[in-house]
Amino acid sequence: MMDEIASHIIDIVANSVTAKATYIIVEITSNTNKGLLSLYIKDDGLGMDEETVKKVLDPFYSTKIGKKVGLGVPLLKGTAETTGGIFRLSSVIGKGTEIFVSFDLNHPDLPPLGNIRDTMLVLVIGNPDTDFRFQIKSETKEFILDTKEIKHLLDGVPINHPDVITFLSKYLDENM
Amino acid sequence: MNLEELKKIREKAQKDVELRQKQARIRIVVGMGTSGIAAGARDVLKTFVEEIGRRNLTDVMVTQTGEKGLASQEPLVEVYEEGKPLVVYGNINAEKAKRVIVEHVVNGNPVTEFALDVM
Repeated sequence: MMDEIASHIIDIVANSVTAKATYIIVEITSNTNKGLLSLYIKDDGLGMDEETVKKVLDPFYSTKIGKKVGLGVPLLKGTAETTGGIFRLSSVIGKGTEIFVSFDLNHPDLPPLGNIRDTMLVLVIGNPDTDFRFQIKSETKEFILDTKEIKHLLDGVPINHPDVITFLSKYLDENM
Repeated sequence: MNLEELKKIREKAQKDVELRQKQARIRIVVGMGTSGIAAGARDVLKTFVEEIGRRNLTDVMVTQTGEKGLASQEPLVEVYEEGKPLVVYGNINAEKAKRVIVEHVVNGNPVTEFALDVM
């Protein structure tokens, strides 16, 4: 089991990277009035056919025989279902995969959200060739981090350059 | 602090970008499969990322990879250095990651007590 929602996000995004995604959208929306936390992850990776989707939802399945990848999806589905949430996955070959999960914020077994700031930082720097758009939204606040915009401003300077890492750390601390 | 400040960083950094283009001197790879994440790989990767920024290690890069099939030793970290054997570290945490940065990456002495394998 994953101890935090943030860990699930890293795990699902790792699948997207393995599926050769070039642009990954992660949206985290919380609404305390409605008692809902939703997570939406969309990639433009290889996608899966129906048969593969069925298998991916089975915890004993992996696309790489002998390697334990592919556990992330059933774990997230499990967390959603054991806490009264909703899990949806749709995938199209050649287009990508979308996952939507909605959690009941008031369920006693819902894992904590975890450190989203660190999650964004490690995903962006640890996958320098993949673009990300993070949207973190609550009733009072919205934060967006889009690496396409950042890379455009950097004009060829790598996003994992030490000065950029230091900037992003501070930027996340001050703005999110 | 806003994104426009990236332009200043760009101007300063463009000078040493040509150097990096050759290829980083050291590449650190953190295993971020399901079991790695569950064992705390995020904090390990974050520590490497922030140490590279703080120490201005322009010739070091850190990336993530999937499952390595050694779940009992997660978080796993591999350090690739040009012309040197690959060093695989196991059971790494944030504190150990800092020692890998100081002793191995900066000073060139692999931390043998954390190393699972040297290939």
